[in-house]
Amino acid sequence: MASINIDNVQKAFGKVIAVDHLNLDIKDGEFFTFLGPSGCGKTTTLRMIAGFYYPTKGVVRFGDKDMTRVPPEKRNTGMVFQNYALFPHMTVFENVAFGLRVRKVGSKELKAKVEEVLQKVRLEQYAERQVSQLSGGQQQRVALARALVIEPEILLLDEPLSNLDAKLRDEMRSEILRLQKDYKITTIYVTHDQAEALSMSDRIAVFNFGVCHQVGTPSEIYNEPANDFVAGFIGEINLLPVNISRMEDDYIFVEVQNGENDSELAVRNAPFNYNQENKGNLALSIRPESIKILEKEAEGKNIFKGVVEEVHFFGSLINVVVRVEGLKLQVNALNSGLSRNLQAGAEIWVELPEEQMRIIPVVTGDAS
Amino acid sequence: MIKNRDTRLTLLLLIPVLLVLIAYVLYPSLRTIMESLQKDGSMTFGNYSDFFTQESKTNLEALWNSVYISVLSVLVSALIGIPLAFIFNRYDFPGRGFFASAAIMPIVLPSLVGVMAFMFLYGETGLIPNAIKDLFGLDEVPFKIGGISGILIVHAYTMYVYFYMTVSSAINKIDPSLEEAAYNLGANRFKVFWKVTFPLLTPAIVAASLLVFMISMASFSAPFLLAGGFRVLSLQIYFSKINGDMEVAATQSVILSIVSISFLLFMRWYQNRKDYRMASKGIGAHRSEVNNPVLKWTLVFTGIVGVIILLLPHFTILLLSLVPDGTWTWQTYPSVFNFENYRLLFQDPNIFKPLKNSLLLSVIATAGNLVFGVLASYVLVKRKFVGKSFVDILVMIPWALPATVIGMNLIFAFNEPTIFSFGNILVGTFWILPLAYFIRHIPLVVRSTNAVLEQLDDSIEEASRSLGAKWFYTFRKVILPIIMPGVLSGTLLAFVESVGEFPTSVLLYTLSNRPISIEIMNQLRMFNMGQAAAYGMIQIALIALVLFISNKFFGVKAEKSLS
Repeated sequence: MASINIDNVQKAFGKVIAVDHLNLDIKDGEFFTFLGPSGCGKTTTLRMIAGFYYPTKGVVRFGDKDMTRVPPEKRNTGMVFQNYALFPHMTVFENVAFGLRVRKVGSKELKAKVEEVLQKVRLEQYAERQVSQLSGGQQQRVALARALVIEPEILLLDEPLSNLDAKLRDEMRSEILRLQKDYKITTIYVTHDQAEALSMSDRIAVFNFGVCHQVGTPSEIYNEPANDFVAGFIGEINLLPVNISRMEDDYIFVEVQNGENDSELAVRNAPFNYNQENKGNLALSIRPESIKILEKEAEGKNIFKGVVEEVHFFGSLINVVVRVEGLKLQVNALNSGLSRNLQAGAEIWVELPEEQMRIIPVVTGDAS
Repeated sequence: MIKNRDTRLTLLLLIPVLLVLIAYVLYPSLRTIMESLQKDGSMTFGNYSDFFTQESKTNLEALWNSVYISVLSVLVSALIGIPLAFIFNRYDFPGRGFFASAAIMPIVLPSLVGVMAFMFLYGETGLIPNAIKDLFGLDEVPFKIGGISGILIVHAYTMYVYFYMTVSSAINKIDPSLEEAAYNLGANRFKVFWKVTFPLLTPAIVAASLLVFMISMASFSAPFLLAGGFRVLSLQIYFSKINGDMEVAATQSVILSIVSISFLLFMRWYQNRKDYRMASKGIGAHRSEVNNPVLKWTLVFTGIVGVIILLLPHFTILLLSLVPDGTWTWQTYPSVFNFENYRLLFQDPNIFKPLKNSLLLSVIATAGNLVFGVLASYVLVKRKFVGKSFVDILVMIPWALPATVIGMNLIFAFNEPTIFSFGNILVGTFWILPLAYFIRHIPLVVRSTNAVLEQLDDSIEEASRSLGAKWFYTFRKVILPIIMPGVLSGTLLAFVESVGEFPTSVLLYTLSNRPISIEIMNQLRMFNMGQAAAYGMIQIALIALVLFISNKFFGVKAEKSLS
């Protein structure tokens, strides 16, 4: 078991900088996820922790130990590769036993340990199979068992579920979580799938173009995105480019750019809704499920008249695209079973609750 | 990629590879070039101007003949190989599978043995012309092969296989839905063939054409036995060497190499030019059954005749090997058959010696190939370093160079003491032949190892290291066992090719280490066909055994082990 400290790390491949100014503290026993689109630097960071790459600058520590330039075989990390990387010439048993044989574990103890871990991943009856005879999910579990049996300080998972079909993926997701809780092992999980990240992690680091944009718990990442990239990458969101017109003690008034009218929106002036340190271009963000649909005309703060453009029925929820003052808003409403007047062309009113809106900085250069 | 430790390891692996390549590939080639620039003790291009302006035009004629015969070989091989590939891969009829595997039988025949078989079959005293003569009561044999027609027929027989195999594999890679899409868009059969199927096959056809051209340019055994007065460049090198005109031999070698290497470069350029890889995966075989009974049985009949023609050389060698010495002199056909030749082969030390030599020389050379091939291939495929393409080219040079040239290179490099031979003169010793065989088969073993290593995902090695295994442990316990089948099938092929190797042997052998191929030549000179054929049978059996082992134990298809 170990904590991991990544201290101002940079990794360059020739002129391309894959990871820059990275600072992370991963706690002992934590399930920590690197989330981001492909090419964002998450796998590069994982490989620096595993020792397959050495950072160009900066330090990687496990606990207090400086591991920056320690070769992979001396790091005692267990890694599960995206393609599993099972040794094709060995049986399931031999694959799992490999790390123990390297560590010169005696044959009796080795057998016991391998059997124990195979039981944990529910593969005890497959021990003598060739790995090519296993299904994708079973191969995945062998890879997990092989990484866990050496009792690593850190478990590294590189997009382990991306090669599985949807049903197996759900199954393996809970399997991995169960094993992680069992072994209480510090785990780093790399994925581009936000649903996986949100449902599994203790904390998430969101990457894009080699930069870590935010570190936080799933609810922090979802509810309090640090900027428009994080907001847009995780879940659906409405992002409206805005200017602050005036500030009061309780409210911040903003004007939407490109809007047809100059109507103002009042956002509550609280740390959750506005960070004083924000600079540069700003965007107003609000989740589709936070917007309220009113079918009757109403008066009040942040209530606007709109026209329904599209209605998408998803069963438990209904997604409505509403045009308000020349802007399109995504609204998600729970299916309450009532026959609501939600057809394309219908006139409705939408309310943007003051406490649900957040003003966040624009970093992607495209906040539409 | 990974600093310090790994860079050191890469260097450590690279240095021996580079040393071997420089010492035994690059240096000998340079020595030949140097030699070609020597005339009357001074540096000059005189040999080259002689080559092109010499009054008798012998050399120019030989160069022209080589090109001429190579172009014809390409055409004839293509005309046989491409239609066969279509018939066997697109149509289903009784016996198709058997005919398809019989179609690659020529590769089981070592070149010298194959030429010998053709001489006995279709030559002046050949069995077929004489049989026809007797059958129809003719005064003269109706036909005989020799000179250019002989070389061409032997080339067509052995080289159509390259067209057959490359085009077959290209046909099988074509996604049937591509053609179906074209039909669906309204194209007729003719249009689909010329606008879809054929363009998709052009890379394979061009690759096979270049390959066959290069092999014909380098061909030695066929001209050696069949040319008569017909001059080709590879043979001229040999004659120049025999006559002691070393500078001329060097010049001829350089010119032949230039032609071969330009074709190699052209081939690489062409292959990189277009990307015809299919976007779709998992393509099923797609053969239409032939229902028209006339057509069906015509195909079957043609197939049977084809197989007989293909296997006749093998049967001829088998038959001749059973004819004891001195029982077939004036008769048109042999009359006595027994196992005398085989008995002698294993009981008479003098006759056994060449076989023993060949096996010993080949074992030494192939062991070198195995070690060097695995090392070189690992460095080339799995390690990053500056100058990789240079090493890549060095590895490929022995493939591009005609065997005769490799033999000459070795003569020029090692007929004097060098540091690469530890201060010894190698020419005229035992060691020159294993060295020649080793160099000849570097590309074969490296490429077959490359193929398996490229399939091996880097994450396998990383997984092992992250589980705590050091590099050498990983290499021994993970990488080697995985790649071994592919490596061994390449190495075994190198072994049997070494056993049959003729062109370098004839330039470099000594009396005490003369290999089988030289002894076959000697026996032929003494009109001792039976003994020569028995040696040939041993080689055929070895090749068949190796293909069988590769197929059975390493899962490598015979078709793939070639090319």
